[in-house]
Amino acid sequence: MQSQKNGSAESSSSTPILQLDQITKTFPGVKALDAVRLSLYPGEVTALIGENGAGKSTVVKTLTGIYQPDGGRILLDGQAIKFDTPQSAADAGVTAIHQETVLFDELTVAENIFIGHAPKTKFGLIDKTAMFDRTAEILDGIGAKIDGRVKLKDLGIASRHLVAIARALSVDARVVIMDEPTAALSQTEIEELYELVDTLKAQGKAILFISHKFDEIFRIADRFTVFRDGQFVGEGEIANVQESDLVQMMVGRAVDQLFPKREADIGETILEVKDYCHPTEFEDINFSLRKGEILGFYGLVGAGRSEFMQSLIGITRPSKGSVEVEGVQQDIRSPAGAIDAGIVYVPEDRGKQGAITDLPIFQNVTLPSLNAISNKGFLQLAEEFKLAREYTERLDLRAASLDTNVGALSGGNQQKVVIAKWLATKPKVIILDEPTKGIDIGSKAAVHDFMSELAAEGLSVIMVSSEIPEILGMSDRVIVMREGRMVAELDGDDMNPETLVRHAVGIASTENVT
Amino acid sequence: MSLAENTTRSIPDRLRSPLRSKVVSWETLLLGVAIGIFVFNSLASPYFLDAWNLSDATFNFTEKAMIAFAMALLIIAGEIDLSVAAIIALASTAMGVAMEMGAGTPVLVLVGLGTGLLCGAFNGALVTKLGLPSIVVTIGTMSLFRGISFIILGDGAFRGYPSDFSWFGQGYVFWVISVELVIFVILAIFFGILLHKTNFGRAVYAIGNNPTGALFSGIRVDRVKMILFLMTGLMAGLAAVCLTSRLGSTRPSIATGMELEVVTMVVLGGVNILGGSGSIPGVVIAAFVMGLVTFGLGLLNVPGIVMSIFIGLLLIGVIALPRLWAMWRKS
Repeated sequence: MQSQKNGSAESSSSTPILQLDQITKTFPGVKALDAVRLSLYPGEVTALIGENGAGKSTVVKTLTGIYQPDGGRILLDGQAIKFDTPQSAADAGVTAIHQETVLFDELTVAENIFIGHAPKTKFGLIDKTAMFDRTAEILDGIGAKIDGRVKLKDLGIASRHLVAIARALSVDARVVIMDEPTAALSQTEIEELYELVDTLKAQGKAILFISHKFDEIFRIADRFTVFRDGQFVGEGEIANVQESDLVQMMVGRAVDQLFPKREADIGETILEVKDYCHPTEFEDINFSLRKGEILGFYGLVGAGRSEFMQSLIGITRPSKGSVEVEGVQQDIRSPAGAIDAGIVYVPEDRGKQGAITDLPIFQNVTLPSLNAISNKGFLQLAEEFKLAREYTERLDLRAASLDTNVGALSGGNQQKVVIAKWLATKPKVIILDEPTKGIDIGSKAAVHDFMSELAAEGLSVIMVSSEIPEILGMSDRVIVMREGRMVAELDGDDMNPETLVRHAVGIASTENVT
Repeated sequence: MSLAENTTRSIPDRLRSPLRSKVVSWETLLLGVAIGIFVFNSLASPYFLDAWNLSDATFNFTEKAMIAFAMALLIIAGEIDLSVAAIIALASTAMGVAMEMGAGTPVLVLVGLGTGLLCGAFNGALVTKLGLPSIVVTIGTMSLFRGISFIILGDGAFRGYPSDFSWFGQGYVFWVISVELVIFVILAIFFGILLHKTNFGRAVYAIGNNPTGALFSGIRVDRVKMILFLMTGLMAGLAAVCLTSRLGSTRPSIATGMELEVVTMVVLGGVNILGGSGSIPGVVIAAFVMGLVTFGLGLLNVPGIVMSIFIGLLLIGVIALPRLWAMWRKS
């Protein structure tokens, strides 16, 4: 393995700001980190790569003082230091932008940025003038055109993200940790984020960038460090590494194909949607789906894809339109009705909509199928475990027991539970909304493989995804949505990245697309 | 999974046996507390260990517990009904009106239960159809229901219920086993099975843990909540029948403050006030604990106000104990 070069800072002239040396962290039954190391250099972006469960989140929590390591040292400018509390990490200039930073809707942008450390007047009250001035300064520094006096609830997702970043920077950070910063962003917003990262680099800050997306890593990072199962695997410079090498380091073996699309026999029409409209979210949706087909829905964030899917399963009512399953007109008024009609939906928001994280795996799997595992309304525990086992094993779920709470599983395994629960209802159509968002590359391949298998068995699949490789790799046909409307239906040779993006952003000619 | 080893590893159903998780549980702790109070009481007062005295003690909790069972399900589902004591007042008043109009015992019972059911339907409709928070709705209906009762009765009272009506609150089925105690036992079994052994009970837990997730999973969330409000109203109606029968009269101030004792019983029984977890056996034991405490203190001639202080301390103590234990073990 040529990429297993060890991090003998061979090519760096500068010395790291922050280093982890032989850090170990043990939880009951799990060694989350096993003598790992990591170096962050001023003015450089280090990508931390690894599957879910590799220990990335534990590293972030160790660096920000939430967890205390059981062994090893943290070095700041070469001096050993202890981060006993989140405050001590912040004092040392380490700040993190989390996957979902908690912000406050009813407060202004400036108040959000300075919550907990607002500048004070000599009477101990909040110095509003100073606060707004500093806010303008920080927002200016990251090139964000946001008014500090606006309430947060009036901002879009991208602007909120900038506020989260501004908040992290308001504490004079030297080390900035970005944990999956692009997860909720559209393509344009991601580009803006990249520019911001460049600005931060120019200011000499050390950046730790955690992401599952390889295109991002190759676009933004200078260095990489790879973890696998809580252990350090390798590090080096991005310029000297191939994508396939990184994948191999992450999973410990070669991955031939990320999108193992199998040929499925596409049969008769299963689902027919006509003139489907909603007063505010979407308009005139018309399409049909055939047996064994995988239909991709592509679009930017906010194109109305999820809203349409949720309306299809009865969460919201359409203003007009009809749905036919196997030629029979359906009036779906609730998810329960959708299950009866054979349409099920795996939502994007796993924690809130997909799973009941405080209930055990087996109860999650059987929740939509309670009638199948009960007798006259009385639960049959043996039947319940049988059903849960059958479907979780099909998906190769990794868990200590079926009685484990879903919240204790990794993102990839949670997704497997959610998919298992819907397959257990024996649906005709399964809608997968961003099925691989935020899950590790191994689970991702498993989900893709499984999707193909299902289609080959005759299930019809609708896949909503914002990842172009996923859409193109998996779908037989792609529908592109923009601003609540279907703008294109592509198949065959039309299914290429340029055409897709062109329709999604609404640019007519290819020249304008970069 | 294409990347996995080809060995299929079987996931065990459970790591801890259900029996073992029962041994180290809230209910066990509470049972210990109940036994402790029982022993303390029998040592403190020579009159405690008397079959008839113990039988009398059960009246301290049977009516509250009837409501507490339904309330437990409601709270597990993430809702609450604070109007239950006011429902008792209104149902009792309605029975009084019916009695004045010459109704016999069967009609009186139907009027009591029917009023409870209607009040529950009103609460449930406001919560599920209009999407209002139940705590606000039922604080409102608490004043509304009791207000109607006050308008009808003023500072008067209904007396002179038929003599066979007294069977519910004063009758005995066998020796010292009162009618109310039998109703309590039947309801405990009914609600225990409903919550722990049926699809409906599973839906209640799912809704309490994550209402959005439950809805997306095909649970008819509003329907389940509506049924829970109806059941709570019906149980308040039943408690009104028993209480009115036991007291033999109706005043608008009947059962004042009982909603808090019912909620205390539910929370003492280990039901998470934020929803999502709890059990009927826990509530049953909590009912006995509260009954034993009030009765024991009564035998020792402790005044009522001190009793409520004691119940309050007990509640805080029992809730704080596991937390303190965890903190102590950590340090």
